[in-house]
Amino acid sequence: METLVFQGLVGLSVSMYLWLLAAGLTIVFGVLGVLNFAHGSLFMLGAYFTFTYYGLWGVNFWLAIALSLLSVAVVGYFMERFFLRHIYHLDHAYQLLLTFGFILIFDDAVKMIWGGVAKIPPMPSFFEGTVSVVGRPFPFYNLFIIGTGLAVAIVVWLLFEKTWWGKMVRASASDREMASAIGVNIPTLFTGVFVFGAMLAALGGALGTPVRVVAPGIGAAMIIQAFIITVIGGLGNLKGAFVGAIIVGTLSAYGILLFPVFELFLIFLIMAVVLMVKPQGLFGG
Amino acid sequence: MKTRLAILILVVLLALLPAYAGKYALYVAIHILLLSIFSLGFNLLFGYTGLLSFGQAGFYAVGAYGCAKILLTYPSLLVGIVGGVVIAGAVSLLLGFLCIRHTRIYFSMLTLSFGMMIFSLAWKWRDMTGGDDGLVGIPRAPLEIPGLFKINMAPMENYYYVVLAFAILAIYLFHRIVHSPMGLAMQGIRDSETRTACIGISVRKYRLLSFTIAGLYAGLAGALLPPLESTVTPPLAHWSHSAEPVLATLLGGVYSFSGPIVGSVLFYLLKDIIVRFTEYWQMCLGIIVVVLVIGFRGGVVSIFSRKGGRR
Repeated sequence: METLVFQGLVGLSVSMYLWLLAAGLTIVFGVLGVLNFAHGSLFMLGAYFTFTYYGLWGVNFWLAIALSLLSVAVVGYFMERFFLRHIYHLDHAYQLLLTFGFILIFDDAVKMIWGGVAKIPPMPSFFEGTVSVVGRPFPFYNLFIIGTGLAVAIVVWLLFEKTWWGKMVRASASDREMASAIGVNIPTLFTGVFVFGAMLAALGGALGTPVRVVAPGIGAAMIIQAFIITVIGGLGNLKGAFVGAIIVGTLSAYGILLFPVFELFLIFLIMAVVLMVKPQGLFGG
Repeated sequence: MKTRLAILILVVLLALLPAYAGKYALYVAIHILLLSIFSLGFNLLFGYTGLLSFGQAGFYAVGAYGCAKILLTYPSLLVGIVGGVVIAGAVSLLLGFLCIRHTRIYFSMLTLSFGMMIFSLAWKWRDMTGGDDGLVGIPRAPLEIPGLFKINMAPMENYYYVVLAFAILAIYLFHRIVHSPMGLAMQGIRDSETRTACIGISVRKYRLLSFTIAGLYAGLAGALLPPLESTVTPPLAHWSHSAEPVLATLLGGVYSFSGPIVGSVLFYLLKDIIVRFTEYWQMCLGIIVVVLVIGFRGGVVSIFSRKGGRR
């Protein structure tokens, strides 16, 4: 019983970490209609920038995160402004292909700049403690991730539901032409949304650095996870992505205990079943 | 007439390749032929039927593992290859039923998840697939029909001829398929699903056919691999391997018959050449992909022919 509760909490922290990854992908798909294959690479860049600023240059951890968010925002800006913008009118296949090209580019760029060897960033000392949960030590860092995930969920919700910008974004997501006709500057708005999504990816990557290795190729691994989550929750559906992240996170936490051999298989099976039975996702309308 | 002559010359040149090329060149040539078969099948689904699959490596791996398992128990090349293709075809027919219910992005995601399910089986089902070690020591069994003939496959050039024969057969059949009413029906579905359905063509049936044939081609490419490498490993089924025919096809040209073949040649040569200058060949490939998608969606073939054209 205690194991179940404890593992549930572990699952929740994994879930919130995955949610940070999936949120940006979902927003970009929901508004721009582009499934960004390179979202995982932006996540990876966030991790590498944080490693550089905090681990190499010794910048304050929080400042390092803010700086890496800005750095990835610049990368995202260039991606959208000079490449993605030209293919919105094309079939989804070409958007997948273009962003796949970016995975290849980013992966090698990272190898070029930081080398092919995995980096192990230092953990800030204030994350090192543990909290007692059902009599066992639970890392303070995991609690922090849970808190951040929830906070990001609330901020994103407020941003889209309560601000003028959010209203414009929702308007153009449901009808681009109409939004444009009533004076929304669609190209600028789309750039903004893409940059926002990129920064969310970077935040996930940056916050992972204290416990995860940073290596080329993590982007490609993470994007598949993000695809699974967004598909389960419904492509472009934020609420769905949040629940999808909890499902996948919890499942992998318990899966490792209960059926370690077929955990991976099971997750893809769930993805396939959801696609077949309810392609709009568990929460799609 | 001119095209036929060109094809004839090409086939003769390929047949004479062992006479003037070394072992490494033959090895590369076999790999190019395998990728061509793989990409042709993929393009039936993508270029002709309009469905982008990200799970073709799954069927490739089924063909490869199937052939490997057969060769390990019954060392006969033909049985191994045909067996691998049949198993891959059966699996793709089965999964095709499930995949073709959707189109566009949902189709891509569904094929991705099935491909990765096959990958996780190859990786974790240790008793059957050897787990992450894969299957090793697969013999390049002799090509034999009992009572008729038996050819030793140990020399690379002999195996090259087997692969070449299968590739020519596959390419010829592909030509017949896309120029048949069936091929036209598929292109009709690509251009307008509704119109094609309205003239009484069963969209689902042709999508399933296209999916199964693509799976058969992937399975054939896969089944030809283990005798060459004498080993099969889980990465064969990984989605990043599914990307290879996608890239090759994009490179050569999506809407042309020869696109995937030209693309496979270019893909391998580019890789071979770029690797000599820099270890960052993936980046060059990525840049090429981005340039092609932004500017030349008809691929290399369209640049040299007026017919291909941009889309």
